[in-house]
Amino acid sequence: MATDPADAPQIDIDAFLAQQDAKDQLRFITCGSVDDGKSTLLGRLLYDSKTVFEDQLGAAEVESKKYGTQGAEVDLALLVDGLQAEREQGITIDVAYRYFETDKRKFIAADTPGHEQYTRNMATGASTADLAIILIDARKGVLTQTRRHSFIVSLLGIKNVILAVNKMDLMDWDGATFEAIVEEYSAFVSDLEIEHVHAIPLSALTGANVFSGSAEMPWYQGPTLMRLLETIQITRDTTGLPFRMPVQWVNRPNSDFRGFSGTIASGDVSVGDPVAASLTGRSSRVSRIVGPSGDLDRAMAPQSVTVCLEDEIDISRGDMLAHPGTPPAVADQFAAHIVWMDSEKMLPERAYLVRFATAAATAQITDLVHKIDVNTLEKQATKTLELNEVGYCKLALDRAVPFDAYESVRQTGSFVLIDRFTNTTVGAGTIDFPLRRASNIEWHQMKVDKTARAAANGQTPRILWFTGFSGSGKSTVADRLEQKLHAIGRRTYLLDGDNVRHGLNKDLGFTDHDRVENIRRVAEVAKLMADAGLIVLTSFISPFRAERQMARDLLDEGEFVEVFVDTPLEVCEARDPKGLYKKARAGQLKNFTGIDSDYEPPEAAEITLKSAEQDPDTLADQIIAWLRDQKAI
Amino acid sequence: MAATTDMEAHRSAGAPISLLPLRRNGASATMRPFSHLDRLESESMHIIREVAAEFRNPVMLYSIGKDSAVMLHLAMKAFAPGVPPFPLLHVDTTWKFRAMIEFRDRIAREMGLELIVHTNQDGVAQGVNPFSHGSKVHTDIMKTEALKQALNAGGYDAAFGGARRDEEKSRAKERVFSFRSKSHRWDPKAQRPELWSLYNTRVAPGESVRVFPLSNWTELDIWQYIHREGIELVPLYFAAPRPIVEYNGMWIMVDDDRMPEQHRQNPVDRMVRFRTLGCYPLTGAVESQATSVPDIILELLASRASERQGRAIDKDQIGSMEKKKQEGYF
Ligand SMILES: Nc1nc2c(ncn2[C@@H]2O[C@H](COP(=O)(O)OP(=O)(O)O)[C@@H](O)[C@H]2O)c(=O)[nH]1
Repeated sequence: MATDPADAPQIDIDAFLAQQDAKDQLRFITCGSVDDGKSTLLGRLLYDSKTVFEDQLGAAEVESKKYGTQGAEVDLALLVDGLQAEREQGITIDVAYRYFETDKRKFIAADTPGHEQYTRNMATGASTADLAIILIDARKGVLTQTRRHSFIVSLLGIKNVILAVNKMDLMDWDGATFEAIVEEYSAFVSDLEIEHVHAIPLSALTGANVFSGSAEMPWYQGPTLMRLLETIQITRDTTGLPFRMPVQWVNRPNSDFRGFSGTIASGDVSVGDPVAASLTGRSSRVSRIVGPSGDLDRAMAPQSVTVCLEDEIDISRGDMLAHPGTPPAVADQFAAHIVWMDSEKMLPERAYLVRFATAAATAQITDLVHKIDVNTLEKQATKTLELNEVGYCKLALDRAVPFDAYESVRQTGSFVLIDRFTNTTVGAGTIDFPLRRASNIEWHQMKVDKTARAAANGQTPRILWFTGFSGSGKSTVADRLEQKLHAIGRRTYLLDGDNVRHGLNKDLGFTDHDRVENIRRVAEVAKLMADAGLIVLTSFISPFRAERQMARDLLDEGEFVEVFVDTPLEVCEARDPKGLYKKARAGQLKNFTGIDSDYEPPEAAEITLKSAEQDPDTLADQIIAWLRDQKAI
Repeated sequence: MAATTDMEAHRSAGAPISLLPLRRNGASATMRPFSHLDRLESESMHIIREVAAEFRNPVMLYSIGKDSAVMLHLAMKAFAPGVPPFPLLHVDTTWKFRAMIEFRDRIAREMGLELIVHTNQDGVAQGVNPFSHGSKVHTDIMKTEALKQALNAGGYDAAFGGARRDEEKSRAKERVFSFRSKSHRWDPKAQRPELWSLYNTRVAPGESVRVFPLSNWTELDIWQYIHREGIELVPLYFAAPRPIVEYNGMWIMVDDDRMPEQHRQNPVDRMVRFRTLGCYPLTGAVESQATSVPDIILELLASRASERQGRAIDKDQIGSMEKKKQEGYF
């Protein structure tokens, strides 16, 4: 309970604090295949740097008896294996961050799992790392996974790699084994963008060449791992680069102060410098810089600051401040590498949300150029990307955003893709270069607009989006409804499979991919019709939530009305008006919704119809009543 | 922010003030080399601003401890010369040290921030307390459950917490933006990948995130930063003679007379301090001569027991913190 001050080492506290203040920070990742000894090595770094406290060591001792692989010895790997589930399975399943320090530096290590499936975790750990330690089991040499890891490291822009050849104790500390591995690795890595490789023979288990040198390997003259980590110079010199500050937040606490807050991504800025807002090109001069501890004359990456300008120009979150002479790219199309991170594969026609430094947009993958076999670096044609696959793509956005090539500035050249329905992060990308549109499509400000057209029609445009199984009664009800609307003088149009599949979409089939595209086109057409001031009825199975959401997002607030024709599958199959269920059951029809393709029911449809319980006329009246209630007709 | 029946909202009167000495042009701070503390500071400010910019209704959990103090200091910096655009929330178990409560109210007032205090009134009505119910039941009801109540009542879509990844092994994998289901559960397998400083801030109605701006700080970083910035702390962190009794294998300070009579007999005045601050009956004191921040840093360097040892919560079983987190403990 007590700490006896007499036990305390004699430390000159002022000198200590001064030394601490001057320390910098190195962030690195460790990667290797399962059982290469990553956890043991990290445990060793923590243990030898005295970052492990006695009670933690005590807990590891207890656990060693339960799960350890080292017999009576304390298993150092247990110091870092975090979650109970993985401890029991004996594999690392996620990225964990470890903190330790020596007299020279503070370190943050991302512990990255080696399991083949977890490329996404590696990419995550690598995204913030300055350096990578790639582990190799000396007995196994360069493996497929080693190549994979090196490729990801290179893709994420890490220029410095330490090749840690581990378990040298099991190879009798043999120099020739080490040389052969280094040679094989060097040949492979020359195809990548990695600039410096430092190879070290070591044993995580015995600690040889980790903190202290190794008497067993006199043939190795180089530095120990720790010495290298402490001294390696990482060219993080962003001051030579052009100034970039993505605007995070407009700080306006009162009428006297208006500043733009953000983290400087590259370069530096001084009071008096000319700067421009990238989206509008409007420029001004810096009148004041508020830093973390008061005003600054000059600020540089990676400081978080608030910049005030001499002139009132329109700037908001998502914009980027830059020097007028060296602006970032501002475009709505670009080429990029994407690492796919979701168990659901990429659907290129689906619209995803894309998050840049501070800007956000909706993106569609217009061209999946190829995927890259991470083991051979071979480029292969593909229609989609699966979990852990890396592809090269062209993307189109719904608006122009400012960005740089990832190669020049990491912070402004990276993005993540988010599924708009599940909200999960499904991909991560590094931008290669901006693309120009083939022709400049300008949105002309038309004098006759949607409101004018709707007014001329004397109605409010609505999209009544019917969804449900085949045979649920969508078309029957939609047909009745259109007759009723027509009878009361409303201008309508009914879009259904027959008039679309035979014309506009006759090139599409029924794969997931084609279904998504089918719905996308229908949604776009419906949008044009709404623009024309019509009440549109669409009657498609439209089985996926994400596509219905996409249609909803295309339209103005409140315009999209989801009508769920909620008829149980058994009822639909019993009705089977076109004999399709029978065919599907017989295997003559593939990808039939409800049989061998999913239907995702709406979670919050505006209108739900029970067609098994009521006749079409009553159901159509139910919709009319709803529209009246909403003052739409 | 509307105060619900069992929350009292303290909003200070008068205009917000900034704690930062803001110098005008010409009198700028001289530039230090960019150290690890600067890098951490900058990263945390970035995270805090992201939340303000992207969430509808954020709140900052303020536990009155040293980590909360640093987090609040960073929030003040992030929005200077204005004040953070979100309130502070304190979950009061009613068993905190009195000095903590005084400190809390004064800091909120001085900084011009809205402070929401929530207590689980059901727990109070049932007379839940650490002496008769034990640490587990007390923590479940007065802290974990109370926190859920407060977050639901406020409808917050983001809540800042001062947790650090170096505190405990199960925290090492925690995201900066940690996604929580509608029932506030944390599923270690359903966390979103987090790359660069691009945070996925999307949540569906009812879902939320816990945001940890101090994720990458270590305990030593925290103390060094407190020293560098001169951040004020609750005096309980510093050694002073205090009335101490032995209870449950820990040294407990007799903070009021709710402690059962038989336990608070013959307290001994000892020179002690607290390494963490929580409910006084559950927070063990350590004997110490450290009366200043440099003293504490010295002590920390010499000491070899990790931080949470002074807290009774963690010790019960291996992986206990992980279980608590899955249930919604912060
Ligand atoms: N002989 C020997 N064994 C090692 C060495 N490093 C790790 N190991 C053992 O290799 C096994 C896997 O190590 P671990 O660190 O869990 O691997 P990880 O899956 O990469 O984290 C364990 O049994 C370790 O004790 C080493 O340098 N020499």
